Amino acid sequence: MAHSGIDVLTAGSNFSRLLGGLWVTIKIALIAIIIGLIIGVLLGILRTLPNRPLRFILRLYLEFFRIVPTVVLLFLFYYILPKEFNVNLPADAVATLVFALWVAAEMTDIVRGALESVPQHQKEAGQAIGLTYWQLQRYVLIPQAWPLCLPATVNLMTRVVKTTSLLMLISVMDVINIGQQIIEANNKTAPNGVFWIYGIIFIFYFMINYPLSRWAKHLNKRRLEANH
Amino acid sequence: MSTPLLHVNHLEKYYQKTHILHDVNFELNTGEVLTLLGPSGSGKSTLLRCLNGLEAYQQGSITFDGQAVTQKPKQWQQLRQQIGMVFQSYDLFPNRNVLENILLGPLKVQKRTRAAVLPEVQQLLEQVGMADYANAYPRQLSGGQKQRIAIVRALALKPKLMLFDEVTASLDPEMVRDVLNIIRQLADSHAMTMLVVTHEMDFAKQISDQVLFLADGRIREQTPGKQFFEQPQTERAQNFLASMDF
Repeated sequence: MAHSGIDVLTAGSNFSRLLGGLWVTIKIALIAIIIGLIIGVLLGILRTLPNRPLRFILRLYLEFFRIVPTVVLLFLFYYILPKEFNVNLPADAVATLVFALWVAAEMTDIVRGALESVPQHQKEAGQAIGLTYWQLQRYVLIPQAWPLCLPATVNLMTRVVKTTSLLMLISVMDVINIGQQIIEANNKTAPNGVFWIYGIIFIFYFMINYPLSRWAKHLNKRRLEANH
Repeated sequence: MSTPLLHVNHLEKYYQKTHILHDVNFELNTGEVLTLLGPSGSGKSTLLRCLNGLEAYQQGSITFDGQAVTQKPKQWQQLRQQIGMVFQSYDLFPNRNVLENILLGPLKVQKRTRAAVLPEVQQLLEQVGMADYANAYPRQLSGGQKQRIAIVRALALKPKLMLFDEVTASLDPEMVRDVLNIIRQLADSHAMTMLVVTHEMDFAKQISDQVLFLADGRIREQTPGKQFFEQPQTERAQNFLASMDF
């Protein structure tokens, strides 16, 4: 067992470094999700307005973030922003920004779809008692759209967590990047370390995403039951 | 001569190129009940929806309570507090219980206090026999019960005019009478001004101060009281009444 390479996990401060990387990963994902949710819900509501130019712009925004691969977006923001616009952000901030904008874009579509699936009659019943536009959203449409949004939103969260694995490409010290460093530093002495490092990273990601995935499933089931 | 509560003048309504309502004219005085009769697709519901801004009209004018209707969203939002509407499909808000459904308008739209509104709402609920259901959710109610709550929800805003759009059309027969009785009671003891679209001819005959008979988006007959049922003037109206079999 001496050569299995499992020692790499515990040697020196390796494990606490991995945990530190995991924390960076979680922090970026969490902040991006919170900011993205807020912006996405607001823009999603705007996408249900009958204003054509506004809808077109928001649609363009969604399609841009949906079509362009996340890696390209990261590079774009990481290399082009400082060069062309003289905005120098640390890698963590760039990562958070890109992910927040991506989450917001995806959220607009989830929110729009959910709002539009609330029956037209509900909207008219709300109008008929004199509710203003925002009152209608707040008391009638959003509360009914919310349960429809939740499963898709939680699934989006798991995608965000998974996609943080790309952050090493713009030198964010996330859990993958730290793992890679440890693997390279120990390559000579423990060539099998790579198995253990990626094994533990697998477990980390699983520990975050599995509960989320279960939660999404549970929410979906509850929504279906509530309808019957 | 008092001015009518509602005055509809040369109203024209199109859906894109389709002409839905042709030159609709009528007046409705405070305390009167007007029923809109006619075959399906004649434009009855559309006319009703034009009267609270759920549908736009392209020509003509409406005057409500001395105020010219501008069709601006802001004005409709104000007017709808005085023009209650009840729909065929009840359309209670499923995420709110009975009381919350009813209180939403008075509290949030009219900004009245809960303490002021609650006794009125309790009384309305008693009138429709639903006092025990204040905390129930719509999904726990039958169709007839939902419709009674929908009527209370509209009345809670203290409207000057009520619009009833085929409110018994999706109810089981035994529920129909309860709901119609409530509307009748509103007309008799509260002198509520109402516009009623219905296919219940006995009910229409009892309740109407005025009948508008529509076919193909035009008013074909406009008669006071029971005259329409006893001596329909046009052949279309005669055929319509014969087909209703009441």
